[in-house]
Amino acid sequence: MHNKTLAELSQALRNGECSSLELTQHFLTRIQQHNPTLNCCVSITEEQALEQAKAADQRIQAGTAEALTGIPLIHKDIFCTQGIKTSCGSKMLDNFIAPYNATVVEKLNAAGMVTLGKANMDEFAMGSSNETSYYGPVKNPWDTDRVPGGSSGGSAAAVAARLAPVATGTDTGGSIRQPAALCGITGLKPTYGRVSRYGMIAFASSLDQGGPMTRTAEDAALLLNSMAGFDPRDSTCMDQAVPDYTASLNKDLSGLKIGLPKEYFSHGLSAEMGAALETAIDELKKQGAEVKDISLPNTHLAVPAYYVVAPAECSSNLSRFDGVRFGYRCEAPTDLEDLYKRSRGEGFGAEVKRRIMIGAYALSAGYYDAYYLKAQQLRHLISDDFKQAFTEVDVILGPTSPTPAFNIGEKADDPVTMYLSDIYTIAVNLAGLPGMSIPAGQINGLPVGLQLIGNYFDESRLLNIAHRYQQATTWHQQTPPAFA
Amino acid sequence: MEWETVIGLEIHAQLATKSKIFSAAATEYGAAPNTQACAIDLGLPGVLPVLNAEAVNMATKFGLAVGANVAKRSVFARKNYFYPDLPKGYQISQFELPIVERGETEVELDGDTKVIGITRAHLEEDAGKSLHEDFSGMSGIDLNRAGTPLLEIVSEPDMRSAKEAIAYMKKIHSIVRYLEICDGNMQEGSFRCDANVSVRPKGQKEFGTRAELKNLNSFRFVERAINFEVDRQIDLIESGGTVLQETRLYDADKGETRPMRSKEEANDYRYFPDPDLLPVILDDTFIESIRATLPELPDEKKHRFIKDYELSTYDAGVLTSSRELAHYYEALVKGVGSNPKLCANWMMGDLAASLNKNNLDINDSPVTADILAGMLKRIEDKTISGKIAKQVFEALWAGEGDADAIIEAKGLKQVTDSGAIEAVVDDIISNNPKQVEDYRGGKDKLFGFFVGQVMKATKGKANPAQVNELLKKKL
Repeated sequence: MHNKTLAELSQALRNGECSSLELTQHFLTRIQQHNPTLNCCVSITEEQALEQAKAADQRIQAGTAEALTGIPLIHKDIFCTQGIKTSCGSKMLDNFIAPYNATVVEKLNAAGMVTLGKANMDEFAMGSSNETSYYGPVKNPWDTDRVPGGSSGGSAAAVAARLAPVATGTDTGGSIRQPAALCGITGLKPTYGRVSRYGMIAFASSLDQGGPMTRTAEDAALLLNSMAGFDPRDSTCMDQAVPDYTASLNKDLSGLKIGLPKEYFSHGLSAEMGAALETAIDELKKQGAEVKDISLPNTHLAVPAYYVVAPAECSSNLSRFDGVRFGYRCEAPTDLEDLYKRSRGEGFGAEVKRRIMIGAYALSAGYYDAYYLKAQQLRHLISDDFKQAFTEVDVILGPTSPTPAFNIGEKADDPVTMYLSDIYTIAVNLAGLPGMSIPAGQINGLPVGLQLIGNYFDESRLLNIAHRYQQATTWHQQTPPAFA
Repeated sequence: MEWETVIGLEIHAQLATKSKIFSAAATEYGAAPNTQACAIDLGLPGVLPVLNAEAVNMATKFGLAVGANVAKRSVFARKNYFYPDLPKGYQISQFELPIVERGETEVELDGDTKVIGITRAHLEEDAGKSLHEDFSGMSGIDLNRAGTPLLEIVSEPDMRSAKEAIAYMKKIHSIVRYLEICDGNMQEGSFRCDANVSVRPKGQKEFGTRAELKNLNSFRFVERAINFEVDRQIDLIESGGTVLQETRLYDADKGETRPMRSKEEANDYRYFPDPDLLPVILDDTFIESIRATLPELPDEKKHRFIKDYELSTYDAGVLTSSRELAHYYEALVKGVGSNPKLCANWMMGDLAASLNKNNLDINDSPVTADILAGMLKRIEDKTISGKIAKQVFEALWAGEGDADAIIEAKGLKQVTDSGAIEAVVDDIISNNPKQVEDYRGGKDKLFGFFVGQVMKATKGKANPAQVNELLKKKL
């Protein structure tokens, strides 16, 4: 049952082959069984899941079910869930029960989905390996000595290990795509403004975007159909109609122009990774796509710009965690300053503190122009690169991550090396474009991700290409042997 | 040495929107603590601000009313600092690109008109309140006020005395009330002000070092605080000291200013554009549509009153200082149908005195414009004299009915029958032979005595002009 995709399960539910309750119980059992190994869930919401499943079964019987009704999922613990702990992977929010639902949660609840639990993640989404979580690292289902990627590592590991058919994730600099690549699943970061950020705990507001993490492009389309759309509670959410993302999945690829940025295929990309991408490109060509070499000349500026903008925004966004109204408060503060210093000093982990300090420094008087303003200018240059590229091609293709999953602890003490693991994903967030990672091979038994970057609001095209590719290949069907 | 005072004001006007600037929570004053603070006001994880369009409308109105440039593009920024009543750890304000820039307004002082420049006005959210008493060693936080929209109106350092500062502040108060964008209630903190005060030797071009005075929540306190501060700075400099640039709190009980702990102001606010909010883009169509809703403003109204009602500049200024007063006045003139000067005198005289004594607003006056007009008409048609009218007014104030009924009931109708008055005059002359002799002997002052006697005998109801005439003739 757990090897079926969301689309297949949806069919099975409506055909009466199984009930949502059975499905839910099955996945809950798998979570109980495997979570101790993987550590991918920080909360398991069994009671609520069973209630939601029963309600979904009634809807199915009443004939009012939608495609997602009765399908279990796991939410990244960055989405506020009413009455359920929402920790954001931090000691700071270990005691925080959200009093409201994020818009994404509300929409998926309304569609009849069943929440199995909340996924582990890097603390406040700051990390590329899931090692910064207060709840300990998540293990990669393909090799439990390795990281699942981050920050949506719990969501990626859970979907890869078949502990849930689908999961939600968020992506600020690659946090959906990189773990999807490292765990061998499909992950889509939509255009900035496509999915509401309301109730999604902010890391870097101008970069954060929620999206689906699934096994197939078809499932991503189904999930995005319900996640996307205007939300009057988010001023940065675009008031633009949501197409049916499943409608164009099967569209013919002939005549499609794919751009291959030379900066993504040069030094730093291993021969094996290059070979895997070549094979995938050949498959797309076989289906009628044309490839073109392009250049994104400011690619090298993306990581430096990102590590000013994102920490600057985070330093301000995380100021609300002060021990006054909610979250962690230190024991017996002697005065206000002590309350602030110790609550924040004890409540945040090292990586979060590092970024708050970098960000506060970049915004401080006398440095603002040199750092924050400069980074915003670089951001324009990076966006202009893409604008130029999309006058020549329909979609851009490259690697998602420079390497497959690395070992737990391997990069933990070297933040710069860690930051470089997002080198291919970060520019997409700076430009606000949609990006997608799909499994496209393996190196030494570890999945390799292929990244597709689209023009603004061109998610349909990304899903179409990914779906066509998945119809012709089986990489997305590979299951980590221990979780088959 | 002769010193010159330099003052600039930062006025915070709380905008009279129904809901907060970035959330749907109510802004009403006086609710139980923390009952008007929603998830957004509390700064819960994941919440986002959405700009209240009405706040933009109101700021635009203000900008147009002071002849300022309303920015086509303004940007909200975050002002970062930690304080328990600031839930997000930053205040959303406008920094580099405010919505209103470069306006001005005229103030009048001792008959002189002076133009005061308005540097800018920007939108921002208010913080909550910290309550340090009654919590046995702890502080209470009330976040009802958090997120209330404010318009911060920053003047140029154009004022040269506390009196000028007050005149400017009253003018802005009047404008925001005319525009109905702020209730102007200073006790509730809807209209408050910080003052930047410095002194310099007369004739010097450079400004002296300024102190920022906070906690000035009444016109009187602003005046007192500025005067105290000016004296303090002059004394300090004259005794060889230097003024520090610092923030000082005004202590109304002691009537002095004292420095705030320097820790509280040693802040680098790390301003940057708020990524949760889009820039506010306004086009000409919008700005013109707001302009079309502007009411007649205090200056226009004043000039019209001077022209149409032939009032003095002073009277016109007083009667247009609030929209309600002006409205009352115009209703009164219309009701009487003549003599606008008489109307002005009564409003600024007996009516104003009674309102003051009872601490009432013109809107709460028991004597409405209609009722007062009923009485002034009787003065105009000589049914009663101005003096008798004071009695009638007291009865009107006490709610004893309309003017005609009171005049009738109390028999206050003026006696204009010259036969009747003549009879009384004759009586008085024959009963006071000594005084008649003295008067005729050259004691002119005694004329008043005879008038008084006649008025006494007629209980004040005799027409004074007729009394004078008859007495002159007979004496």
